[in-house]
Amino acid sequence: MSPHRMTLERDPNSSTSMPLPVPVPVTAVASPQTSDSNVPPSPVRAFLRARGSGRFADVTFSTLMLLCALSIFAIVVFIASILVARSHLSLVQFGWKFFTRQAWDPVAGDFGALPFIYGTLATSFLALLMAVPLALGVAVFLTELCPQALRAPISFLTELLAAIPSVVYGLWAVFVLVPLMRDVIGPFLYKYLGWTGFFEGANFGVGLLTASIILAIMILPIISSLTRDIMTAVPNSQREAVLALGATRWEMIRTGVLRNSRIGIVGAVMLGLGRALGETMAVTMVIGNHPDIAKSLFAPGYTLASVIANEFTEATGNLYTSALIEIGLALFLVTIVVNAIARLLVWAVTRGAPGRVH
Amino acid sequence: MGTQPINLQTSSMRLNTVRRTITNHFVTALAILSTILVIAPLVAILVYLIYKGASSLNLAFFTHIPKPVGEEGGGMANSIVGSGVILLLASLMGIPVGIAAGVYLAEFGRGKLLATLIRFTADVLNGVPSIVMGVAIYSLIVMQQKHFSAFAGGVALAIMMVPTITRTTEEMLATVPHAVREAALGLGVPKWRTAISVSLRTASPGIITGCMLAFARVAGETAPLLFTALGNQFWSFKLNEPIAALPLQIFVYATSPYDEWHRLAWAGSLVLIVLIMVAVTLVRIFANRGVLKGNS
Repeated sequence: MSPHRMTLERDPNSSTSMPLPVPVPVTAVASPQTSDSNVPPSPVRAFLRARGSGRFADVTFSTLMLLCALSIFAIVVFIASILVARSHLSLVQFGWKFFTRQAWDPVAGDFGALPFIYGTLATSFLALLMAVPLALGVAVFLTELCPQALRAPISFLTELLAAIPSVVYGLWAVFVLVPLMRDVIGPFLYKYLGWTGFFEGANFGVGLLTASIILAIMILPIISSLTRDIMTAVPNSQREAVLALGATRWEMIRTGVLRNSRIGIVGAVMLGLGRALGETMAVTMVIGNHPDIAKSLFAPGYTLASVIANEFTEATGNLYTSALIEIGLALFLVTIVVNAIARLLVWAVTRGAPGRVH
Repeated sequence: MGTQPINLQTSSMRLNTVRRTITNHFVTALAILSTILVIAPLVAILVYLIYKGASSLNLAFFTHIPKPVGEEGGGMANSIVGSGVILLLASLMGIPVGIAAGVYLAEFGRGKLLATLIRFTADVLNGVPSIVMGVAIYSLIVMQQKHFSAFAGGVALAIMMVPTITRTTEEMLATVPHAVREAALGLGVPKWRTAISVSLRTASPGIITGCMLAFARVAGETAPLLFTALGNQFWSFKLNEPIAALPLQIFVYATSPYDEWHRLAWAGSLVLIVLIMVAVTLVRIFANRGVLKGNS
């Protein structure tokens, strides 16, 4: 029920520009003939009445919309509850120790998620390590340095990266990145950084490092486009003020732009982290799929998402399936928390007042 | 002697200026370098994909179903159709719910705490890994029915479409000026009719684009289909049976040890990307021309 309509009904003669008929109460919509007015209704009003109106339709419509909106809550609650229900067996059997145990023996029915947690954390962390500086560089370049003519095509290209399906990245990684790692990058790292212990052992091309590189390529566009939005939100007066004090362009970027948008940038990085933690297909195709905790980045590993992808359909026995669903539950909860924090940080910057001076 | 300290100061100031200038140029170079480093793999991926895909494509790819191992030829006709079926199902379920939720947020929920919570939940849901959706739908539908089905795949993708569409719809509706709504309400148009015929209609090009982006995003999804739609080597149109899907087939072929299957995987990837791009571009053109206006 709109306030405008209410006014019309309460005081029908207030409008003098148009000879309005005595408005029919809302309840009379079902039977317009009950109007006791002798003036024929205006064509507009007759048309509107014929198309249906009134409190009932409005309430129905808004309730329907509300239900659809509430379904988003319902989806989250339903995912959480069904995952808890189906992983009950494993939850009871292993308890919290599930996340600290190394064993993964489907035959003996002995399950622990530690190798997968290690694989997920290691690949995500490495991917962030590679992607964040590059993404920041791209964002700085696009917002502050780039000639106007190049801005649109480069933004479009980085956005295009986000449209490529995960499985296609995986395909490219299997046939291009893996041989490259095996024959060029791997030996190079072994020769010069082998002493650190991170780059030793047999190098098959597949492993934690390869998975991290493909992850970095995949999360780059997300981080860089968000960071770009956040930097664009910094008001130009900030830049001008710093430049007017005699700062070089870099000093302006550092003190005027990066400093004001650092909270948002942390949020963007966390969103990238959320994506990296749950990324499945490309990682599964190049990580080697071996539940082991190795220091060397050449060693094959396994992540939470890829163990589900690989073993779920062939899991025999309720405990096995239940353990895999519990891994899914863990992944769900972790990504929810990471995403929630990230969104709050991004919102705090882009929705709040313009950049503050620190 | 009196000029000595002044000279010292200027030279140190000059040194400082040189240092600052060098830092400035160094960082500029770093930013340009990182942009090049980011664009290089993208160009490499796209060029390699087009090269490999185009050289592997032939007519049989679009007309035949997969052949057994060891036989040359075969195609992914059933996967293309299967993807179409699953995506149609997902769109039928996901788009109306997503748009309706967006309408609630923009038209009825302005400034309400509930709306803020829903908005936040939608953003968080957007970040839930697709594989988790697959596990959840498996637990709900596949475990109950005791068999994999196209329907389960459709539901999984639909759930992934909802938050994206909700947020774009809301953002697009927020750009509709209030004066337009007020004009409609002032004429006595009921609120529900205003929302559909005025707000949604005005914002429809943007909403359609948002729907297409959500569509494009789920079109390439593999993980939620792994244990819902499962994949199928043969023709299948039934909703309660396993169905083939293009991304699934690419995954299976890419991880196989056969060269012939690798060839098909490349061809499949190219077709998948082209289909996604064409869908997005087509609808953008139509949305701009106004042909689809008001259909939402």
